[in-house]
Amino acid sequence: MPEPEQRDEVEMLATMLLIRRFEERASQQYQAQKIGGFCHLYIGQEAVVAGAVAATRPDDYIITAYRDHAHALARGTSANACMAELFGKATGCSRGLGGSMHYFDKTNHMYGGHAIVGAHVPLATGMAFASKYRKDDRVTLCFFGDGAINQGGFHEALNLAGLFRLPVIFICENNFFAMGTSVKRSTSLKEIVNRAEGYDMPGEVVDGMNFRDVRDKLSEIVASIRKDPHPAFVEARTYRYRGHSMSDPASYRTKEELEQYRLEDPITRLRAQLTREGKLTNEQFDQLDKRAKDEAMASVKFAEQSANPPLEDLYNYTYAEQKVEGESSSARGSRSTQPAKRGSSTKKSRRGADTAASANGDKA
Amino acid sequence: MREITYRQALNEALAEEIARDPDVFLMGEEVAEYNGAYKVSQGLLDRFGPERIIDTPISENGFAGLGIGAAMVGLRPIVEFMTFSFSLVAFDQIVNNAPNMLTMSGGQFNIPITFRGPNGPAHQLGATHSHATECLYANVPGLKVCTPATARDAKGLLKTAVRDDNPVLVLECELFYSHKGQVEDEGTELLIPLGEAERKREGTDVTIISYAQTVPMALAAAEQLAGEKISVEVIDLRSIKPLDWPAVFGSVSKTHRVVIAEQDRPFCGVGAELAYRIQQEIFDELDAPIQRVAQEDVPMPYNEALEKAVLPSVEKIVAAVKKICPA
Repeated sequence: MPEPEQRDEVEMLATMLLIRRFEERASQQYQAQKIGGFCHLYIGQEAVVAGAVAATRPDDYIITAYRDHAHALARGTSANACMAELFGKATGCSRGLGGSMHYFDKTNHMYGGHAIVGAHVPLATGMAFASKYRKDDRVTLCFFGDGAINQGGFHEALNLAGLFRLPVIFICENNFFAMGTSVKRSTSLKEIVNRAEGYDMPGEVVDGMNFRDVRDKLSEIVASIRKDPHPAFVEARTYRYRGHSMSDPASYRTKEELEQYRLEDPITRLRAQLTREGKLTNEQFDQLDKRAKDEAMASVKFAEQSANPPLEDLYNYTYAEQKVEGESSSARGSRSTQPAKRGSSTKKSRRGADTAASANGDKA
Repeated sequence: MREITYRQALNEALAEEIARDPDVFLMGEEVAEYNGAYKVSQGLLDRFGPERIIDTPISENGFAGLGIGAAMVGLRPIVEFMTFSFSLVAFDQIVNNAPNMLTMSGGQFNIPITFRGPNGPAHQLGATHSHATECLYANVPGLKVCTPATARDAKGLLKTAVRDDNPVLVLECELFYSHKGQVEDEGTELLIPLGEAERKREGTDVTIISYAQTVPMALAAAEQLAGEKISVEVIDLRSIKPLDWPAVFGSVSKTHRVVIAEQDRPFCGVGAELAYRIQQEIFDELDAPIQRVAQEDVPMPYNEALEKAVLPSVEKIVAAVKKICPA
């Protein structure tokens, strides 16, 4: 029997494989025009989310930006639900209403999927605020890219987290490019991790291409936060193999640079570590990989066969169903919206032409 | 019933809701130790302590987002903006995060948050501090917007807003905090539904649709016009979204003439939607073109006389009524 930690590592390797195979399929389906909108791939960065998830509990809060497929998959959202979301289907993790950039999974404490750069960082402080308010010992993991660290909301959030000593880890996935702009061209700072100092919180650099380094350093931070709530900042240095999005050939960087990073591939590296230590055979690895490929393939089939969200659902998610007293009877339409007509109208009535009434905000 | 100020009514609403529900807390600039920039939160820190009455730095985008994040995991924050002119710094949070979350998550995350504070032009505060933001926020699906004009409505609407499972903006009238009005005794649960207008005066010749600052103007105009034998009905919308269309259509169908007196600017303002819906739904009931009194479409000037020229007024409302009511 393997030690728990060893089993966890093999499991996390399997998760990293699933993320990669899933996104390879997603890329293929995008090119086949089965997926709309934008699609940002995480390939190359898998060790960051896998290491972070391995260092935390399943009920810790996770929130991230728009490069979010991996965060949902790592948290246990099924490949089926993830692929169906890309296809815009009702079986998707956001019922086909969110898309690639807006994955949500409440059951697995995945709080999105947020596509305005930096705008979710204040949300993370709010989630951590709730933990402090309720005196639970959850830790919030807030992922964002190097492009987010110059947004106002990011700075406001770090200040609030520092001021209120909130249990949140700000994890900058530094892949060195915000879309096509390198960190050097965007950020007046030698090291991104130095942002932490400005807000009086501990900062740590981790090797985002190395699962064990991410997991071990984050485990220490998490333990410290559970003991005494405080924010922390982590710069995970990593690399995305693909462009910013599907339409980006990434001509702003060299082939040599990409090849250099591929040599440090996080999956290859964890595999080698486990193999060297006698914890994983080649056959076992092949099995894991096959399982990931099969799951990704099956998710495409699942997504294809799933139904679109029904048109009748269009207005069902604009407002939450009201459970409390204080709801207007008129807003619910129990009073007639059609006043009595004038007695002797000779004009032709044009009533009933506007059937889009509920779209105009008269329904709570 | 007893007479209290609009400010006191809001204070009671906050205290009652914070006392009732441990998930409710108040956050904003100067709400705690300073007792509120407009003293709306007077005494709340002493009563509820710093864990539930929370001072923030000047950081609207940050603390609005913090509130939304807390609401995502089930708390029910009340976020005060010192004025809604400053809410524009948090526009992305209010417009992008709060109302979109429920749809984007396929129904998984509703955001039970209340944003409140003074809104609309006050007195000579200049262009940056005089925004009437109701039309900006009412444009956004997923938000609810209410605009109490009386002490009673302030208390009843704020309490309802806090209990609502959606993001609700309570746009208070900066100029009305010291206005007094009749409100039910403490201990009487006063909840006024969102989306229910109130007829503030009954009349037969013309309907003035008003809300917030234009309510007392409309009532004063009605009083003046009564002396000239014009019978005016005054509707206070109280909520901009949801909007009480039956009350609007019912009144206009009775009087057949309508003047919209709105607090905001005319272009894509609240009145534009009202006018569209009235002509669409009850065109046959109209005996005259719909009239509109709004701000002038300019940034607010500081100069007192020029500011007055920009704002809606009793005189402008009277003139609009006379334009469509035969003497």
